[in-house]
Amino acid sequence: MRYDIRLTIEYSYAAPSDQVRNLLRLLPADLPGQRVGARVLTITPAPDERRDGADFFGNSVTQVGWHRPVSQLRFDLRAGAERLPAAVPQDGPALVDLAALMAGQGIGPMAPLHFTAPSPRIAPVATIAEFARAALPHAPTVPASIAAVGMALHDAMTFDPDATDVTTAPETAFANRRGVCQDYAQIMVGGLRSMGIPAGYVSGFLRTTPPPGQPRLEGVDAMHGWVMAWAGPELGWLEYDPTNRQWAGEDYVTVARGRDYADAAPVRGALRTAGAHDTRHAVDVIPQEDGAAINLPGRP
Amino acid sequence: MTPAAAPLPRTALLADYTPQPGVADELFDGQGRMRPVWQPFITQLASLSPEDVATRFGRGAQYLRDAGVYFRLYGGGPAQEREWPLSHVPVLISDAEWQGICDGLAQRAELLERVMADLYGPARLVADGHLPAELVAENPQWLRPMVGVTPASGHWLHHLAFEIGRSPDGSFFVLGDRAQAPSGAGFALENRMATTRIFSDPFPRANIRRLAGFFRAFRATMEHLAGDGRRMAILTPGPNNDTYYEHTYIARYLGLTLLEGEDLIVENGQAMVRTVKGLEPLGLLWRRIDGDFCDPLELDESSQIGTPGLIGAIRHGGLNLVNAPGSGLLETRAFMAFLPRLCETLLGETLRLPNIATWWCGPPAERAYVMANAGRMMIGGALDTALPFASGNDTVLGPETALAARLDRDGRRLVGQEAVTLSTTPAWADGKLVPRPMTIRVFAARTSEGWTFMPGGYARIGKSDDAMALAMQAGGSVADVWVVADRPVPADTLVSGSGPERAPPGILPARAADNLYWLGRYVERAEGAIRLLRAWHLRMAETGDASEPRMAAFAEHLAGLGLTPDRPIPETLPMLIGAARGAASKVRDRFSPDGWNALNDLARFADRLTGKVAENGDAAQALSVLLRKISGFSGLVHENMYHFAGWRFLSLGRAQERADGTLLLLAAFTGPEAPPGALEIAIEVGDSVMTHQRRYRFGPSPETVLDLLAQDAQNPRAVLYQIAQMRHHLERLPQPQPGGEMPELDRVLLTLDTDLRVARPADLTVERLGELRHRLAGVFGLISSRYFR
Repeated sequence: MRYDIRLTIEYSYAAPSDQVRNLLRLLPADLPGQRVGARVLTITPAPDERRDGADFFGNSVTQVGWHRPVSQLRFDLRAGAERLPAAVPQDGPALVDLAALMAGQGIGPMAPLHFTAPSPRIAPVATIAEFARAALPHAPTVPASIAAVGMALHDAMTFDPDATDVTTAPETAFANRRGVCQDYAQIMVGGLRSMGIPAGYVSGFLRTTPPPGQPRLEGVDAMHGWVMAWAGPELGWLEYDPTNRQWAGEDYVTVARGRDYADAAPVRGALRTAGAHDTRHAVDVIPQEDGAAINLPGRP
Repeated sequence: MTPAAAPLPRTALLADYTPQPGVADELFDGQGRMRPVWQPFITQLASLSPEDVATRFGRGAQYLRDAGVYFRLYGGGPAQEREWPLSHVPVLISDAEWQGICDGLAQRAELLERVMADLYGPARLVADGHLPAELVAENPQWLRPMVGVTPASGHWLHHLAFEIGRSPDGSFFVLGDRAQAPSGAGFALENRMATTRIFSDPFPRANIRRLAGFFRAFRATMEHLAGDGRRMAILTPGPNNDTYYEHTYIARYLGLTLLEGEDLIVENGQAMVRTVKGLEPLGLLWRRIDGDFCDPLELDESSQIGTPGLIGAIRHGGLNLVNAPGSGLLETRAFMAFLPRLCETLLGETLRLPNIATWWCGPPAERAYVMANAGRMMIGGALDTALPFASGNDTVLGPETALAARLDRDGRRLVGQEAVTLSTTPAWADGKLVPRPMTIRVFAARTSEGWTFMPGGYARIGKSDDAMALAMQAGGSVADVWVVADRPVPADTLVSGSGPERAPPGILPARAADNLYWLGRYVERAEGAIRLLRAWHLRMAETGDASEPRMAAFAEHLAGLGLTPDRPIPETLPMLIGAARGAASKVRDRFSPDGWNALNDLARFADRLTGKVAENGDAAQALSVLLRKISGFSGLVHENMYHFAGWRFLSLGRAQERADGTLLLLAAFTGPEAPPGALEIAIEVGDSVMTHQRRYRFGPSPETVLDLLAQDAQNPRAVLYQIAQMRHHLERLPQPQPGGEMPELDRVLLTLDTDLRVARPADLTVERLGELRHRLAGVFGLISSRYFR
């Protein structure tokens, strides 16, 4: 499916903020199963410096800075992307064999070993590990384990945008059984790691309107987060969305991948202001008819 | 083993000195003979009377107290400062033996550099199977944003420390590598200063290698790394760090600027220091914060002590770090299992100085070996970076029940390390020498001629026979290490021989200026409060009647300042002094230890006073003592502090606070509503009783008081005098770009100055004084936006 993606994130500060510097992971890139056409990130007011590059995991990153006080910031993304359908994984290696399969995978950007240890935002949590273990089928394969944990988590949790914020630890969200996609995904990553499955966090987009006859998905109003998990050298990384209880397929566009939210956050920033700030976030991911050209605005 | 063959008679000093069997000893060799390197020292020590020894040790302790040397104790309640635990007896090592150690460590430093360059570069060591992938990929010390970076200098490591010990066979081995941000080099200097005062005799001291040459070479290297026209600085986590003292000490000793993360910003890939003159480019940062905290944008997002964009500046090539962030990786305990083989792989050489035998419990064979030999193993986390014998790590001495299960389940997260036996060295206990376990820390710096080593300076000494009690946090102590040459060595200090050589002018970080300004304000505010309270108690002692009109007016004024006199010393007073101390603690590198000690003494005294002093005469007397102490601090600062920009900010704060306090005082005590006796209070609190008597023929009137305390340009207690002082200091501070209209700050102060000069005393009504005070208060915002941002 091809999409026309529009994203706007706005920040406004009560007092002008001095020396703002942000690290953005907003630009989708080509990946296996994903092709990105034109992509434009417009930043207002124009930053005094901007550097585009890639991070360790291969995500597109943009570092921007302003040398004067700013009181409002706006990031506008317009991109065209195509996501190929992915087969729902049926078979796969047995969970008990996964550790042996990891040997020899090295330390390249997407090597599974980056995703086994505790990461800055996902510490081991005994209750989550216990929950994940209880969800496992008998003598499971890796894909079946991933789906089982994802489904059990979805069924145990209540989607509640008011229960958590962007800094809530997985342990807290799980204890309350409430949260949003970021919480669902980070809890699931912790659960998978506890059973030896390398797992990471994916940030990206979800199509806004469902295909005819299907329900509207949770998480379409903002950037979405889901899980990637490694299922051996042949299957590689599989993506599962616990918030919507499904494998992440054609309806998803990946922007950034990392060990947890800290590695993949759309906007990381440091402000030298004590005052309050406001955020606005709007997303449209519109399926395109074949051949329809995407009209992209130029940089002002 | 008895040292029967010692050429010395067994003095009382050595009566209890019995090294344990199977343990190497620094003082006696395996045959019980005193090692020659110790003989002159022991002979001399034995010749001293117990009183003499006590006096000398006292001199050492006095030096450390005067210098303000402390370390901070972690854990438990709020962080505490402790006196530096100096073990008075140095460890002596012969020049020849030391040279052998340094040769081995130079090779090891080179090896670590190559390992670092590989793991942040092509990672061939992992690809080729020389180092297990999980020890890197699962390692929190491996900082992914540094992968692929090329350090501007071409090197990742510039300063290292090695913890070494002597094994029972007499050879030295490495217990751990310190590569993250090694601490101790500054403390080593202080150890030396203190032991020099204890053992001040020309002999045997003349033969001891000096430490200053090491620092000179290191400083020259850092200057070179910084590049022309760019600053070099130390980056500290701040006053709450356990070794903050050392950061301030080294900054002073080497003439480096002491910075915190917020003093820096990055613009277009260039790191800059925010100074009172604006942004100054920075070329070298000696990092004393952990790598992960350097940059909240690319590394630990929760870091409050880093600088956003710093990694970008390193990547861009305009900034060298000592050491590059990510060097903490080399401290990984499990690496010790692989370094001997990596030495063969990378350098084609055998490791000259072995390290502690280490088994990474990932592979089954190593697990089995560790299990079978658990009785003589220390078992701990594979990725742990704490030194063996450091307190607070989870190292257990096997065998532990359930060890087998733990090894099977978690093997790759564990290492076994041989439970080594350390050598013992003399320590002083109850008038005698006793053998105590020790390790030596050796400091290395990269120079253009290769690695150079500090000759001695730092050993850790155990509290008891227990080697685990080596850590200072566990009650261990620290000793100087003397590297003893065969003949006298030339004296050597940082001072060059070619006459006075002035360093380039320093820079004043904006944050330091801000703290100095507030230090000035708080000290002055506290002094004003003391004067007011003393005047109150003196009057109460006379009349004992708080209800008479002037006392009621006085009480109201005190209450307005948060100094309600319902108890002799209100809480607010120690709080003000605490605020002054807080501001000073952030700029300790800019003070003499005397100034800092005076402020601490003041704070302690004020804390003790609260709640302890009885009413009236007693309180007035205690306040007089407090006033003398605070004047003592001000005197130290203003008489002794060099008149750099920092002093001007301190003075600016003091002048503004004094002008403000005096305006308040005059508004309260000179108005038409003021009761009889109020004018006398104003004159007394304004410290102008004598002057008033001399200058005016008649008793005080509102006009005489306003003339003297508001409008007199010669009276240091007058508002006008202080406004003029502020203008004087500001003129000598960095100025904004010339041209254009007069800056608001200059305009406000000039107008205040003029208004005070041209006013008639009768014009200075209570309302008018309030209005002047309001205008003066706006000055802070203007100073702040010119200098503190």
